[in-house]
Amino acid sequence: MSSIQTSSLYQLTMTRFRLFLREPEAIFWIFIFPILLAVGLGIAFRNRPADILQVGATTAQLALALNADHGLTASTLDESTGTHQLATGQILLLAIQTPHDVEYKYDDTNPDARTARLIADRAIQTAAGRQEAVASSNQLIHETGARYIDFVVPGLLGMNLMGSAIWGLGFAIVEARQKKLLKRLVASPMPRWQYLASYLLSRLVMLVIEVVAFLGFARLVFGVPFRGSLIELGLLCVLTSLSFSALGLLVASRARTMEAASGLMNVAMLPMWILSGVFFSASRFPKIIQPFVQALPLTAAIDALRGNMLQGMHLNQLVTPIAILLAWLIVPFAISLRIFRWK
Amino acid sequence: MPAATTETQHKQSGNLPSGPSLLLRGLRKAYADVVAVDGVDLEVARGECFGLLGPNGAGKTTTIEICEGLTTPDAGTVELLGLNWRSSANQLRHRIGIQLQETQFPDKLTVEETLTLFRSFFHHGISVDESIKTAQLEEKRKSRVGGLSGGQKQRLAMACALVGDPELLFLDEPTTGLDPQARRHLWDLVDDLKRAGRTIILTTHYMDEAERLCDRVAIMDHGKIIALGTPQQLIASIGGEHIVEFAVGTDAAVDPARLLAIPGIQSHRVDAGLHQLSVSELHTAVPRIFAALNEQGLHLSEFRTHSATLEDVFVGLTGRNLRDE
Repeated sequence: MSSIQTSSLYQLTMTRFRLFLREPEAIFWIFIFPILLAVGLGIAFRNRPADILQVGATTAQLALALNADHGLTASTLDESTGTHQLATGQILLLAIQTPHDVEYKYDDTNPDARTARLIADRAIQTAAGRQEAVASSNQLIHETGARYIDFVVPGLLGMNLMGSAIWGLGFAIVEARQKKLLKRLVASPMPRWQYLASYLLSRLVMLVIEVVAFLGFARLVFGVPFRGSLIELGLLCVLTSLSFSALGLLVASRARTMEAASGLMNVAMLPMWILSGVFFSASRFPKIIQPFVQALPLTAAIDALRGNMLQGMHLNQLVTPIAILLAWLIVPFAISLRIFRWK
Repeated sequence: MPAATTETQHKQSGNLPSGPSLLLRGLRKAYADVVAVDGVDLEVARGECFGLLGPNGAGKTTTIEICEGLTTPDAGTVELLGLNWRSSANQLRHRIGIQLQETQFPDKLTVEETLTLFRSFFHHGISVDESIKTAQLEEKRKSRVGGLSGGQKQRLAMACALVGDPELLFLDEPTTGLDPQARRHLWDLVDDLKRAGRTIILTTHYMDEAERLCDRVAIMDHGKIIALGTPQQLIASIGGEHIVEFAVGTDAAVDPARLLAIPGIQSHRVDAGLHQLSVSELHTAVPRIFAALNEQGLHLSEFRTHSATLEDVFVGLTGRNLRDE
């Protein structure tokens, strides 16, 4: 064996890989789950053509006028059948011809029904010969980069980097402590820093696979844009992963049992799952908690990733989130080195 | 055995100081409410196989973990191979081998991978192949640790302690929880290591194990060493090399004075209805015991004898049975 292969840092790092790759559940959660989530969200929030609204009319003449508008399909019904179909949601609106005028029957608390009311009235007035006072035309946008899937992919990437770093480090370290393996290792001449470094090194290699698989999928299947520099995106992923590794190390630095570690990890991650803007913008939360929301590492990570991917921002435009991530890297790492329980 | 020759030459080459392998003076360690180690002095010579014996909670593990540099004592000095932990920790870790109680190696690594990992921590040592051979794990080389039996796991722990070719080997309860066959297998392994001239310090609560393996033993109880010597010396110290145990059918009181008057009977005690006598001249004493009991009109419901063991030494010193703990 070469001298690299017999070095303890290499052996420790290889051990981390072996243990990770031999754990099928971990592979599912880190590689497969984010892709499934992206697929699910992509399907749920896909951009559909504008809906055609179902309406009814009591005379054939009215139905003809309504059908002239592309936004509606109308059927001719008598009033009692129409009322029944309204009640069961088969139509949104019923246009009733009375001796003197037209009456619209609809539920004004239903936004679709209100839209149907506007379109139906417009169609009937136009058929009756109304002229528009101002000429107008439409310009439609269905551009990539403004869709929900484009917004949510950087969020899922940030969430995945957080989960894999915190779970990956936390559980492995606490398990080694619980099984007295940590104690056995420190009784050997193993340099202690190498043990912690092996986690970071294996994390960085895993990160490449994880990020390339997820973003590659998002690009190929959804055409998610990469407007910023890919190298800078890589650097942001590394920084994000290291910050969460430091947090994972802190969470794992004292816990003696897997249950305690699991609880601590949830306490650390839950606020970020909710507040950090994975699925919708974090700015929707009330102003009073914004300083807290903005200081969370996941908020900073997702802001930076979205800035790079969606807006093509450079690192020098992302100074604030990068500074927040660096602080989350240095402070927890320094604390955990001081308080780490080896036995 | 070739290894033994190498070791002997190594020892005779004179590059090692000739002082003791281990020297403990006034060692003391207290936890929140218990004094685990209460003033222990000990010296272990090079090449010796030394046993620390005692019931669970006697302070054996704390003592050995202080020696291994895992626990800092409240007071006292520890010297290993002429060095101390404060100034030479790293050097010491390279020169000693350690097997801890209850270490669980990762289930999903193979035997070979585990040993390669541990070997990588040491500058000098034996090859991974050699450690696998010594621990007789050749057939399990590619097996995952999770699939090993208790005895095989213990031999793997032993192999991990050996990869650095240690001058001093610590084994903490190496056979606890193993079946009798696995225990004997491990004893053979320790025998081989002894023959190779290594200094071995082991803890155990099995007295038969200590008698079988150790050149010298220290019996610990409540954090103190209560007896120290070769197993033969300790057994001789209780006065008789044989133990007679008997029980009488009724509640009738046995008069100890009449028994103690018999020549060759050194002591008498009663434990849970079972009378125990330590006897030096079994062949003359036994007929007289029968006669004495007969005269008192007592009927024997049980009678047996065995050679005195370290177990009897412990009972004699503390009045308690080891197994009760």
